Amino acid sequence: MFGKSFLKSAIAVAAASALLAGAAQAETSIIVQSTTSTANSGLYDHLLPRFEQHSGIKVHVVAVGTGQAIGNARNCDGDVLLVHAKPAEEKFVAEGYGVKRSDLMYNDFIIVGPPADPARVGGMKDAAAALRKIADARATFASRGDNSGTHKKEVRLWKASGADPNSASGKWYRETGSGMGATLNAGVGMGAYVMTDRATWIGFANKGDFKILVEGDVNLFNQYGVILVSPAKCPSVKARSGQKFIDWLLGAEGQKAIGGYTLGGKQLFFPNAGKGPS
Amino acid sequence: MHDFGAAFGLAFGLVFAADADLLEIIALSLRVSLSALVISCLAGLPLGALVGMSRFRGRSAIVIFLNALMGLPPVVVGLCVYLMLSRAGPLGWMALLYTPGAMIIAQSILITPIVAALSRQVIEDLHNEYAEQFRSLCVPAPTAAGALLWDARYSLLTVALAGFGRAIAEVGAVIIVGGNIDHLTRVMTTAIALETSKGDLALALALGIVLLVLALGVNAAVMGLRMSAARNAYA
Repeated sequence: MFGKSFLKSAIAVAAASALLAGAAQAETSIIVQSTTSTANSGLYDHLLPRFEQHSGIKVHVVAVGTGQAIGNARNCDGDVLLVHAKPAEEKFVAEGYGVKRSDLMYNDFIIVGPPADPARVGGMKDAAAALRKIADARATFASRGDNSGTHKKEVRLWKASGADPNSASGKWYRETGSGMGATLNAGVGMGAYVMTDRATWIGFANKGDFKILVEGDVNLFNQYGVILVSPAKCPSVKARSGQKFIDWLLGAEGQKAIGGYTLGGKQLFFPNAGKGPS
Repeated sequence: MHDFGAAFGLAFGLVFAADADLLEIIALSLRVSLSALVISCLAGLPLGALVGMSRFRGRSAIVIFLNALMGLPPVVVGLCVYLMLSRAGPLGWMALLYTPGAMIIAQSILITPIVAALSRQVIEDLHNEYAEQFRSLCVPAPTAAGALLWDARYSLLTVALAGFGRAIAEVGAVIIVGGNIDHLTRVMTTAIALETSKGDLALALALGIVLLVLALGVNAAVMGLRMSAARNAYA
């Protein structure tokens, strides 16, 4: 009896603090389920104050890998989805979870590696051929292995290369199962090649002596898309505020803000709403 | 390993500049973990006392179970709380996911078994000493439990500190249910994880040092409280 009444009051306290926390959340706020590169590179710190001033809507960003972001959005735990894996995004919309997918901006993927470059891929343009050489040389390669947008792209490139890295998983092919930054930390730590998006790489502070070795292939194109989570599937979605954010991003002001963001003098994202290659 | 040197410099810089973002993160860390501690003590101490005092069939199974739960992996707790609080989950209507409330719930679940299991041991040892006297005086169980909890208060303070230590240091649960949202659910540990993923190892380590100092401060404050209370008791 003694224990029970205490348990009850504990539950009451938990519920009360929970309610307080819930009430503190303003009505005019939205949750964006996002890929990590846009957050880690500081793009949101550049964009969101501008949008918040323009609209009065507070934007809360949950930055996880594209795979997890889509999964969270499927559970209705977000109002807007901003990721970079077009086939998965189109599937998300086709299944009715998203209202409409729009191209937002692009940059590109690169392959970075140690200056010793054991597989001799430095200066190559053809990403699939470079991966083939890495596989032939059994040079260590660190993969995200987390179903993220970057990982999905990497898997497609491996398929095009004709090599089968999965048979070497745990040997020269190492799947970290972690985010881009953690995989870069691991790659730099063990002298492994890593495929990364350029924005994360430019903003990454632990580069060691690693260099960009492969870049410039059209297959390394990295398109970001933005989707409003469907209010029909998820009644909790703040559709009006979410759509306002998307309209702003795709409009002249948002596109200009995206293009104007630089880090170390370099532009990280190139706006292409309404004119991206499809 | 110049990162270590740089980290200490950065940590001092951060603390002395009283960086507004850092203070906000520290305040939220303390708010979340202290709330979780209060809740887990309200639930865990009576539970520990109950199990510690009573004799019944299947008691050792419960003791083993409680002890095993001390090893709950934070990421599993986070995942379960996420599934419960997700809009698609049974408690989704409460709109708690990605709020400090969700983080408090996750940490409470994580540390209640620690408080319960450790206090069970403390109370049981003390109860073995007191049992005969309680019986001879026909003390009712709730009064006996209250007396045991009071007499063991200093040991239980250490139990609470163990729970607090676990809560303030974990990252696996709060990063899933809180989402590490800037100015809303970012705490010390998720900030450290974020800076590590940005490759800013010196800043990550600096935040780690600040977290350690924070834990030191809380422990020192509790110890000071205890010492002055003990002095007053004998004065």
